[in-house]
Amino acid sequence: MLTPGGLETTAGPLVRVPTRWTWRDYLGAMAMRWGIGRDRYTVPPGLYAVGTPGEASPLVATANYKLSFDHLRRALAGLDAWVMVLDTKGINVWCAAGKGTFGTEEVVRRLAAVAAGRAVKHSTLILPQLGGPGVSAHEVRRQSGFKVVYGPVRAADLPAFLRAGMRATPAMRRVTFTLRERLAVVPVEAVQRFVPALVTMLLFFLAAGIGRNGYRVAMEQWPSLAVAVWANFLAGVVLTPMLLPALPGRAFAVKGAAMGLLTGVALWWLGAYRPVEGAAVALLSIAVCSFLGLMFTGCTPYTSPSGVRREMPWALRLQIAGAVAGLALWFVARFV
Amino acid sequence: MKMQYLRNVVSLRLDSEKCIGCGRCLEVCPHGVFVLAKGKSRIVDRDACMECGACALNCPVDALDVESGVGCAVGLLNTALGREGTCCGEKRACCCSE
Repeated sequence: MLTPGGLETTAGPLVRVPTRWTWRDYLGAMAMRWGIGRDRYTVPPGLYAVGTPGEASPLVATANYKLSFDHLRRALAGLDAWVMVLDTKGINVWCAAGKGTFGTEEVVRRLAAVAAGRAVKHSTLILPQLGGPGVSAHEVRRQSGFKVVYGPVRAADLPAFLRAGMRATPAMRRVTFTLRERLAVVPVEAVQRFVPALVTMLLFFLAAGIGRNGYRVAMEQWPSLAVAVWANFLAGVVLTPMLLPALPGRAFAVKGAAMGLLTGVALWWLGAYRPVEGAAVALLSIAVCSFLGLMFTGCTPYTSPSGVRREMPWALRLQIAGAVAGLALWFVARFV
Repeated sequence: MKMQYLRNVVSLRLDSEKCIGCGRCLEVCPHGVFVLAKGKSRIVDRDACMECGACALNCPVDALDVESGVGCAVGLLNTALGREGTCCGEKRACCCSE
């Protein structure tokens, strides 16, 4: 990953990092999308060189999650810069800032540890904007003498930011949640929800034998049960994030419930259920998708804790009530 | 498209008396909550605030106050049930893959 090509700099010999991704970097980025081996995807903290940096070159900080580091070094292609990697325990900038590991203390400590004052003469440190929740710029200045400038949200905007004399356009300062970005968080969610969905399906298979027809008939119901479970999985884990802005309501439990209603109606229609059974499937779909919607709040970059705290109590009660009613109806349908 | 969460729920407060109009909050806010007008910061899109806490932490004169945290149902549920940690736990971060 890091070419060993040592570089003699004003800060001593440093590792010069390539700005192009190799197939291993792409493979690693892909694995991260699916949450595979994330705990070990790290870069050693310290100072690195991009190009041939000198005393006047910009000094940019990032987290030691390798994907954060990779995005930064790729963005710096063709430039000369110093990259200071903080020890954030392998967590990305924003999440680490929220936990305080990408924080004032670590910034000050790392500046001293890498002798940043010897590398550059300008005393300006560029932090990613999303490091803001963990770092107090004026405290860093007081404790280290380095003046903090917050760079753009996305590393890709850094060259334009630097060209403009370290000024960000309003768009560079905004966090977005585009379709592409929403889809990016889906795989990790899907992996996490897969086993619970599988267990749910198996429990329904077992429970299907309860009733006046016993297991002889139950086996015939397995395909439609499997379809119902995985349709809800698809709806709650993939479609809700995808269609998020188009779903009605502001509360995530409401958005999820709308998705669940759609799923339930579709299942009822396709499955040609009897009314009791159809109502059970619809109620269960609404409850499950609403719950999954609420759980999705953690994956979005715009939900406030106050907001989640407001919707969660009533949402959970209704979801539990809906699930209980749905299950009761489903069992009643076994006997009528 | 601009995403909007619940209305009138955010704990963000700005003390205009203390504000010196340095513009730091505009710099760190990821949702364009503030504008600078007549040498003071002003909240123009309060409902867009996600309570990340960056503005308050970076305000040199303590003019901003917000109960910051992560807007994550899993984390809040864990806290309510007395379990460890915020949303993600130290190592395994649920949505922190970016």
